Amino acid sequence: MTALDSKYAIEMRDITKRFGHVVANNNVHLELKKGEILSLLGENGSGKTTLMNMLAGIYYPDEGQIFVNGAPVSIQSPKDAFDNGIGMIHQHFKLVDVFTAAENIVLGLEEEGRLDRKAIAAKVRDIAERYGFEINPDQKIYEMSVSQKQTVEIVKVLYRGANVLILDEPTAVLTPQETDKLFAVMRNMKADGKALIIITHKLHEVLDVSDRVAVLRKGEYIGDVPTKDATQQSLTDMMVGRATSLNIDRPDPVNPRPVLEVKNLTCIDKDGVKRLDGVSFTAVGGEILGIAGVAGSGQRELLEAISGLYPIVDGEIKYFPEDDAELQLRGMDPMAIRKAGIAMSFVPEDRLGMGLVSSMGMSGNMMLRSWKKGVGPFLKRKDPNQLAMDIWKNLEVVTPSIQYPVRRLSGGNVQKVLVGREIAAGPKLLMTAYAVRGLDINTSYTIYNLLTEQKMKGVAVVYVGEDLDVLLELCDRIAVLCGGQISGIVDARKTTKEEIGLLMTQFRKEGATA
Amino acid sequence: MSKTAHKGHAAEPFLRISKRDEGMSGWKAWGIRIIGLILALVVSAIVIYAIVNLNPLKVYVSMWQGAFGTSKRTWVTLRDIMTLLCIACALAPAFAMRFWNVGAEGQVLVGGIATAACMIYFNNMPTLLLFLVMILASIAAGAVWGLIPGFFKARWNTNETLFTLMMNYIAIQLTAFFVATWENPKGSNSVGVINRQTKTGWLPNLFSEGYNTDFGWNVIIVLIIATLVFIYLRETKHGYEISVVGDSENTARYAGIRVKQVYIRTMALSGAIAGLAGFLAVSGASHTISTQTAGGRGFTAIIVAWLSRMNTYVMLIFSALIIFLDKGATEIASSFGLNEYVSQIISGIILFFVLGSEFFVNYRVKLRGAKTGGASK
Repeated sequence: MTALDSKYAIEMRDITKRFGHVVANNNVHLELKKGEILSLLGENGSGKTTLMNMLAGIYYPDEGQIFVNGAPVSIQSPKDAFDNGIGMIHQHFKLVDVFTAAENIVLGLEEEGRLDRKAIAAKVRDIAERYGFEINPDQKIYEMSVSQKQTVEIVKVLYRGANVLILDEPTAVLTPQETDKLFAVMRNMKADGKALIIITHKLHEVLDVSDRVAVLRKGEYIGDVPTKDATQQSLTDMMVGRATSLNIDRPDPVNPRPVLEVKNLTCIDKDGVKRLDGVSFTAVGGEILGIAGVAGSGQRELLEAISGLYPIVDGEIKYFPEDDAELQLRGMDPMAIRKAGIAMSFVPEDRLGMGLVSSMGMSGNMMLRSWKKGVGPFLKRKDPNQLAMDIWKNLEVVTPSIQYPVRRLSGGNVQKVLVGREIAAGPKLLMTAYAVRGLDINTSYTIYNLLTEQKMKGVAVVYVGEDLDVLLELCDRIAVLCGGQISGIVDARKTTKEEIGLLMTQFRKEGATA
Repeated sequence: MSKTAHKGHAAEPFLRISKRDEGMSGWKAWGIRIIGLILALVVSAIVIYAIVNLNPLKVYVSMWQGAFGTSKRTWVTLRDIMTLLCIACALAPAFAMRFWNVGAEGQVLVGGIATAACMIYFNNMPTLLLFLVMILASIAAGAVWGLIPGFFKARWNTNETLFTLMMNYIAIQLTAFFVATWENPKGSNSVGVINRQTKTGWLPNLFSEGYNTDFGWNVIIVLIIATLVFIYLRETKHGYEISVVGDSENTARYAGIRVKQVYIRTMALSGAIAGLAGFLAVSGASHTISTQTAGGRGFTAIIVAWLSRMNTYVMLIFSALIIFLDKGATEIASSFGLNEYVSQIISGIILFFVLGSEFFVNYRVKLRGAKTGGASK
């Protein structure tokens, strides 16, 4: 067949890719038709990103053949990928912060003559207009929001004439409104004849935006279905291989009593910006308090301030170890908090950069809580080793040994190690930030169950989350943060998604009109 | 759009390099290293024959003799290996913390100045007490020299590489000042051998009477330091704190580690051990002080520490290799009347292959057409 007749923009045949002994992709077939949006679905570590990286020239397949427009090609570098009209928008942006959008877009293009900024800006505006982007070619990257940076990445790919766009979890960093905008743009690109592949974990997005869904499981190609024939349940079944109930078990709170009281908490960052502004709430033992909000509304600062990692300008943080005892946490650093015997556990957002030591194995990471315990100047390895073995077994962490560096584990296993350790410390207050971000469905449920178990033990659980459906099903109460302030605390059993959505944006709107 | 396509199978890249994830078994890794060494000897044999028309075997024998030919030479070689190892041990805690201490040169020098000062001013002290004072003084001087950049890093987050590097130049100027002060004889612009007659403050022989015929104390002191540093980094709370800070400052803060304190403490320790190396260089080897007392070993030790991944026992091997090549090169230059560049070429070739074999230990290289999983070298 000749190249132009093919109805497929991309075909991948019998693709196998190994990393050491791990088979990331095993005999995978994938076809992408011209002018369609294909969702690539799979749990964490199912090999989606690896497969796409082979199209983008980051990896080279060990076996198998890639066809573009029906012709066999060899993609050895990102440049080869561009020459074949393939562009990938990676999960982590690859932009130069101090350059403008336009400069980033033309970076690496080998064009004759001087850099004609006007012409470039005009072409960028043209692309933006055609597909409905909002972009200012002269804005510097460091001044941009995450969604604007993503726009630059997409325009960069289009500028280079890509006909096939691969988006690796593009919505993970976006607010719901930004996601809707992105999907509108994707539909415009499709109407223009481009073929798109989107990697995502969020089933409702799959159903919303794509024409066809292809599913990978543990590196194997499971199959594909037209989106119109798929439901959340059927896709989940394909992904996990067995039916998983979407219902999160939520027992009623037991013996509620206040454990933590935050009063009028105010924090200012290095640049003098108010990150938290008079935040007050109480976390109650035996219940899960959800914290909702658009990303960057002060969630990180709130949890870090409570755990002694973020400077506090004003306000109080009281901890109640017993009913009639009271401790002031403000002014304590993490070591002081631990020495005071405060049973606080914290699962931070940045798992490898804050919660764990990435170069150490599970056992070294267990020691992060207990390293002070050894005799004299020496470490005590026995207990953390035992704890690591227990967590390895009980939470089914996939790792060759407890000495294997955790940075080499997949995202879900990293989180199991972190959450396992924090729960094993026997907390009275357990704070988690985006505990299931980037995790597959199975691991997410493991985490929900662990948190609910803690709640039933009388622990006060604070759950900072982004998925409203989960917040509504998992939590007992939900506090909504908006621009560093609490815009409302609602009963999760009675509230609606709309109400929370409104609270999440309320202050911003008032601020805009005031 | 279609690129090179033959028989439906497009061209693979010629070479593909991937990291060995699971590492390599010990004997296999050593096999590769030994092959590397043999290749190095073969290639330099060809070079020797081609350039200077000498029998390569004779050259190798001469190299060996330069390092281990007589008992005296063997001891000198051992002594120099130990000094280099001591400096590398000094760098290990700082490097494990990802603190780029390139100031060992200066830390050794100030340790040497302190030692020389004690030898000159306290030459009436009882021997044992004098040694105690010399050791403490050299450790203290080195510790201060390390502590200063550590403190600035902790307090103002200054760049430690530039800071420690510049501290070297201060130490060199300081040494020049003291050389002028202690000049002996006047006008020689050098300190000369300190206490040449009395040998006060000279580290004595361990296995026999006298001085300078065995360097047993140097060996014992450094091996003890290497063992202590090994244990310190792996088995103590301080060592754990150092690893955590080196991995991520945020994680360290999260774990309740006082990061600034760790920076200052570790750099003081690093400087202290380097200062002790200065004591060994002055009291245990040259018995004088000059701006050449550290002699670039503060920088060579960076290579040793880094190649050994902060494992002090592996450092012993790399120190030995580097000193052996150095001694051997000097010997062949003099005994065959060669230009010293020829011997440097030989050292270069051997180092190239030995270091090159580390690449094959850590990475897997696959040639085009080879079946997956097989090719290891």
